[in-house]
Amino acid sequence: MTTTPLYQIGTFAAGNRLLDPDQRSVQSDQDRTNAITSGHRACRGCGEALAARVVLDAASRATKGRLVTVNATGCLEVFSTPYPESAWQLPWLHSLFGNAAAVASGTAAALRATGRDDIRVVAQAGDGGTVDIGMGCLSGMFERNDDVLFVCYDNQGYMNTGVQRSGATPPAASTATTRPVGTSAGNAFGTGKSLPLIAMAHEIPYVATATVADLHDLEAKVVKAMSMHGARYLHVLVPCPLGWGSPSAETIQIARLATRCGLFPVFEAEHGAVTGVTRIRQPVPVTDYLERQSRFAHLFAGAGRPDVVTALQDRADRNIARYGLLTEETP
Amino acid sequence: MLRQIEGSRAVADTVALCRPAVVAAYPISPQTHIVEGLSDLVTAGDLAPCEYLLVESEFGALSACIGASAAGARTYTATSSQGLLFMAEALPNASGLGLPIVMTVANRALGAPINIWNDHSDALSQRDAGWLQLFASSNQEAVDLHVQAFALAERLSLPVMVCMDGFVLTHAMEEIDVPDQETVDAFLPAFAPRQWLDPDDPVTIGAMVGPGQFTEVKYLAARHQLAALDDVAEVAAEFESTFGRASGGLLQPYRTEDAEVVLVAMGSVLGTAADVVDGLRDDGIAAGVLGITCYRPWPHDELHDALRGIPRAVVVNRAIAVGAGSILGRDVRLTAPPTTEVHDVVMGLGGRPVTRAGLRQLVLDVLHGRLEPGALHFVDLDETIAASELARDEEVAVP
Amino acid sequence: MTLDVRIHGRGGQGVVTAAELLSLAAFDQGLHAQALPSFGSERTGAPVVAFCRIDERPIRSHDPVDHPSLVVLQDPTLLRAGGVLDGLADDGVVVVNSSRTPAELADAGLHLGPRQRLVTVPATELSRELLGRPLPNTALLGAVAAVTGVVSLDAVRGAIRQRFASRPDTVVAANVRLAEEAHAVVIDEEAQRHAQTD
Repeated sequence: MTTTPLYQIGTFAAGNRLLDPDQRSVQSDQDRTNAITSGHRACRGCGEALAARVVLDAASRATKGRLVTVNATGCLEVFSTPYPESAWQLPWLHSLFGNAAAVASGTAAALRATGRDDIRVVAQAGDGGTVDIGMGCLSGMFERNDDVLFVCYDNQGYMNTGVQRSGATPPAASTATTRPVGTSAGNAFGTGKSLPLIAMAHEIPYVATATVADLHDLEAKVVKAMSMHGARYLHVLVPCPLGWGSPSAETIQIARLATRCGLFPVFEAEHGAVTGVTRIRQPVPVTDYLERQSRFAHLFAGAGRPDVVTALQDRADRNIARYGLLTEETP
Repeated sequence: MLRQIEGSRAVADTVALCRPAVVAAYPISPQTHIVEGLSDLVTAGDLAPCEYLLVESEFGALSACIGASAAGARTYTATSSQGLLFMAEALPNASGLGLPIVMTVANRALGAPINIWNDHSDALSQRDAGWLQLFASSNQEAVDLHVQAFALAERLSLPVMVCMDGFVLTHAMEEIDVPDQETVDAFLPAFAPRQWLDPDDPVTIGAMVGPGQFTEVKYLAARHQLAALDDVAEVAAEFESTFGRASGGLLQPYRTEDAEVVLVAMGSVLGTAADVVDGLRDDGIAAGVLGITCYRPWPHDELHDALRGIPRAVVVNRAIAVGAGSILGRDVRLTAPPTTEVHDVVMGLGGRPVTRAGLRQLVLDVLHGRLEPGALHFVDLDETIAASELARDEEVAVP
Repeated sequence: MTLDVRIHGRGGQGVVTAAELLSLAAFDQGLHAQALPSFGSERTGAPVVAFCRIDERPIRSHDPVDHPSLVVLQDPTLLRAGGVLDGLADDGVVVVNSSRTPAELADAGLHLGPRQRLVTVPATELSRELLGRPLPNTALLGAVAAVTGVVSLDAVRGAIRQRFASRPDTVVAANVRLAEEAHAVVIDEEAQRHAQTD
């Protein structure tokens, strides 16, 4: 990355035209795969559609097009394959909701057994298909160290079925099954799983988190992951305008706020140990993030729930401390 | 080669001869010896190139097979009972996606209550999942059916379930002619998938099909499965001419010509029934056996023809449709000619042995009109226990 | 020539292996044979039953042996549980792993019909001597060969060698000797019995 200060555009983001060609994003390349092409039926502002496009094009380039994808049931699968149309321009298999990891393991094994393991496998699923119903198969894939990159597009709920709570739904979020009715403040505290930490506990070769706010970073992590073999896991935060109640034009901005307030830490790990974090350059309080989403509106309406907001801020602060997101001594 | 060998071991060796590229299996009694046998062969390098996935559940096992088959590899798994149910979601997924997976089901009862012994409730509970279902009457036939299964599956692009009675066949040690590699290779060509995940020719497998097209997809699939009846018979005929023995096919009649009464059944009971029929014939009673080897697709025409002229058919059910009667019995009743009186009995649930004495008595009871047609008879029921439990229920019911 | 055998013992005593070895021996002699364990969940010490059917004609049925012509009792403590002699043919034979006398065994519950025969073999003691462990099954097979004449001692030797081929030579040899010793014990016992009744 160039270190030239960018006075003229007033942000820290470097556009592709200002970079050397070999540092430009895959998405800026006219010859990119377009693994998922236009015509799919995603909502406007869908974070998952954006992330899937970036991930698969980066993976395709990294593997010179020798790539197959296994997709769990969910928004991505539904909006991309309305028979007789398909948005996929690479080999793509959808089986069931909870088995993407096992199916991908089988595909990787088949490619190895038939002498075609130059062809690589990427499995993808939403948070539901990863942390809840997909957990058993995923843990099995990790434990066997099968040669699959598993990508979780985390929009923090079962969105395709109508915004119900998943194991990845953050505390205090309002969903169709965790409405803030009566004295309830939405999804309970203490629930939710960190799949990145669970993946690290399996000591697999590579675990990383990313968001659609930093697409260069996302691409780089995909390329890095594809340079390795064995079980790899990528957890991508993808805001859902519909489910989160956020403006469809603010998907990227909201993802950035999630990282800046500390609620979504961005880091990498190998074999169970954190190897790198993305530091927060301009930290913000959690309210900046929460206020932009109707799923948290009940925390601010009327007297609001300042106690809950404080608890969320504590959570963010704990993440910042745990991962060293503000310190100078990051690896 | 003729070997004195355990049924499971013979099946494992035979599956290995069929050269699967990916095997995924999760252990469950009584299938364990099959997957252990294959594991040994893979580890020893006798079955190379083959990847053996030690999966975390039966759902994982069949899912891995789905992924492997879609990637163009010949795949295999095995299970029983609860394991079959745990992969139930994946069963119609495999058939709907047209994947030629072969799976052994070592037939075992379904819980609750948990029971590890043999009956047909597991396979029959999944009879509508779109898989072919073949029932082996002996270990020799089990071995032969696996070879035929791979050929059938790949010819049809449909998954095939080979059913063999758990413990009774899987753990029996007897003489079995395990084929040799050369003959199997001649019979079973290399897997040429209809479609697969190929970066040079990408396809989308598993799209979402809406009300606008779903009916047509299902109709065509149903026709395809019915047409498979011809393939089952053809493959069996080809097997006979290659391997030199009759095995598989749709039905297995034994001494049914001029029979006054015929036992209709599936699985290892057929061996017992053949002994019983010989004994009855020696005593001047014209009895016969009609074995059903191919349960799915259902051989309607063949069964109807086979029963023509036979006054009585006694269906031995090794599973029941709770709340609705029998499964095999109802199927036979719907198919049989109106001139055949169909008797519906339940025997051998949860591993209760179906004995020669029991079957013989059953036939005699039918011939002497002691079994009311139209009702479902639990002929090996302990009436005393049943009666006392029912009486107890009555007592408790009274306030 | 048929032989329907039922073997009773406890988990860990090699009851299933005994049935399989017997079937292997019969197969090697050109007979048809089927060994069938009666199954429960795996647990050492629990009562176990295995069956072996031997016939000149192919065996089609897989039902349990209800009317054995030969019962082998690998563990005589099972006499207390009862049922081990159920269905024994009127002229059937019982081979019991024991160093006790027939009278003592009668007290333990072993009552035979007038034409049924009892043969005892101290198989556990013999196996302790030759194998260093109480594993009576191969000894009892040698006894069975002596008793029935359907399966020869030679075939039993062959079956042991085949089945234990992956074990060390010393183990195989010890098991073969065990079968031979038990065979000899039974032959002796029979000879003495005939001498007494003459």
